[in-house]
Amino acid sequence: MPEPLLRVRNLKKYFPIRGGLFSREVARVHAVDDVSFDLMAGETLGLVGESGCGKSTTGRAILRLIEPTAGEVSFQGQNVTTLDKRALRALRKEMQIIFQDPYASLNPRMTVGSIIGEALVIHKLAPTRKAREERVAQLLETVGLLPDHLRRYPHEFSGGQRQRIGIARALAVSPKLIIADEPVSALDVSIQAQIINLLEDLQAKFGLTYLFIAHDLSVVEHISTRVAVMYLGKIVEIAPAKELYTNPRHPYTEALLSAVPIPDPTMRRKRILLEGDVPSPINPPSGCRFHTRCALRVPSCSANEQTLKEVAPGHWVACQVRTGVATK
Amino acid sequence: MVQRLLDVKGLKTYFYTDEGVVRAVDGVDLYIGKGETLGVVGESGCGKSVTALSVMRLIPQPPGRIVEGTIGYNGRNLLDLPPAQMRKIRGKEISMIFQEPMTSLNPVFTVGEQIAEAIRLHEGLGRRDAMAKAVEMLKIVHIPNAERRVKEYPHQLSGGMRQRVMIGMALSCSPNLLIADEPTTALDVTIQAQILELLNELKAKLGMAIMLITHDMGVIAETAQRVAVMYGAQIVEEAPVTELFKEPLHPYTQGLLRSIPRIDLAATRKQKLEAIPGTVPTLRGDVKPGCRFAPRCAFAKPVCTEATPPLKEIRTGHKVACVLY
Repeated sequence: MPEPLLRVRNLKKYFPIRGGLFSREVARVHAVDDVSFDLMAGETLGLVGESGCGKSTTGRAILRLIEPTAGEVSFQGQNVTTLDKRALRALRKEMQIIFQDPYASLNPRMTVGSIIGEALVIHKLAPTRKAREERVAQLLETVGLLPDHLRRYPHEFSGGQRQRIGIARALAVSPKLIIADEPVSALDVSIQAQIINLLEDLQAKFGLTYLFIAHDLSVVEHISTRVAVMYLGKIVEIAPAKELYTNPRHPYTEALLSAVPIPDPTMRRKRILLEGDVPSPINPPSGCRFHTRCALRVPSCSANEQTLKEVAPGHWVACQVRTGVATK
Repeated sequence: MVQRLLDVKGLKTYFYTDEGVVRAVDGVDLYIGKGETLGVVGESGCGKSVTALSVMRLIPQPPGRIVEGTIGYNGRNLLDLPPAQMRKIRGKEISMIFQEPMTSLNPVFTVGEQIAEAIRLHEGLGRRDAMAKAVEMLKIVHIPNAERRVKEYPHQLSGGMRQRVMIGMALSCSPNLLIADEPTTALDVTIQAQILELLNELKAKLGMAIMLITHDMGVIAETAQRVAVMYGAQIVEEAPVTELFKEPLHPYTQGLLRSIPRIDLAATRKQKLEAIPGTVPTLRGDVKPGCRFAPRCAFAKPVCTEATPPLKEIRTGHKVACVLY
């Protein structure tokens, strides 16, 4: 068994809600609640779920862009959660992030050249100005832009082109892992495909590993080797992509997949409609967090905390009914 | 032949801004039959929302102006109506729901008051009766505890609930036509499924026509009977939904359908997505003659940049604007 590139164990992130006279902590948002997974080198793990399920928080906590409340993240065997600032900065060279909004994530006052070149300066990867410009020009070509774009400003580019700039910035330090947080959801349909193809090409060329966070199940299916489904801060199912989409076992995954509209008017599927809305992560339901909306629930679902169990090679499900361990 | 409820001909809506004229809608013809769902699909900035706002006569003026065309509704041209008469149609006979249910509801009034406002205005009911009708509307859109919810403010409701309130408000005066502008885009996929189900149910129950504007081909496939594809402020293809998906004719429609990842084909072999190169055109400033998709089109010929191809009927009900046909 090879060592995973990234190992996440029992990751938790609670956000305090302050109120009252002395801004005491009155409640906590359980954004990420005990998430564990491994990411092997060269693979793409898709992290899907609806808004507020904690998928983006997971990505940011891994990079320590927000400090995790508890848990351990190790990258190539090195524990990230205990690193000091200096060591963390060095490690950031290995782990990069691409953001969702290509409009908000690029500084409008900086040229494309300095946006992409900034990391080269910080990590001392280009000794001279000339070397830096050459590297930036090369990166721009890699992501499908023109080398002479480096003197332009972000507002001169379209959404798809800006996302390419964001990708070039992430690639500048030659990272091993890229966390892509909804990289295509702000883009038009015809542009989405360009960026997905670019990410796939770059992975093949540089041997990148992706943690691909998205809410669009079709996009995730297309790009991922394995997929993890999150609901209210927990992973409820994780499996190889094909297995998860053809043989979903968790009732939430089933409902999620059946809700995706299929671009084929001749297909009529049986849709599983979920009742109501996602409960609040401030006071998540006890036991299985999905039990309030689940058609399969038995009385003990509201009492028993669910853990992931392997139902097929590499296919893990957190549902006591489906894994046959339900107790009445 | 179904009777045409809405018949838009040669619509041109321009915005006169400091940076030049934006030709947001540039010669659009479309119709909706009674009780029919027309899907209008296109990417951001293609003019689909401005088309809808033009029908409602809600174009901010200035800077916008409907410069040409007619909007036929039940035999009348809506563009000829004085504002007072248009107000009687808007919200009663033709109503609209928007993408973002938070910004389209007023945060300082309860949802009940907001639904009742339209009922009192158009149906002439008193305050008490209008409130009772508002409760009834919330029940129709399946909001649990309608009696309690009617007294709540928009911020107390979730996104899906707010969109249900919007739909309840739009349907409160039993419109003949509902314009739904990206009604599910801001919602999660499981909530989207609920809302689409609700729209289909209410359409069957109330017999209204729907103009559904979206960028999602999946949503179109599951709800529309007929589809108009917009690109660069014009309609490039129009067809019955099954035909459009089975045999798309315009290179843009073909490209659009091929560029979306298909979840239903998960079991089959993985293929690379076929992206459409280039970017969506800007509608600002002078428009070059010729087909607007030509710069991104794999089949473009010199003739494509000379004149805009007209929307021609190739088969019964299937129209396309492309020199290939």
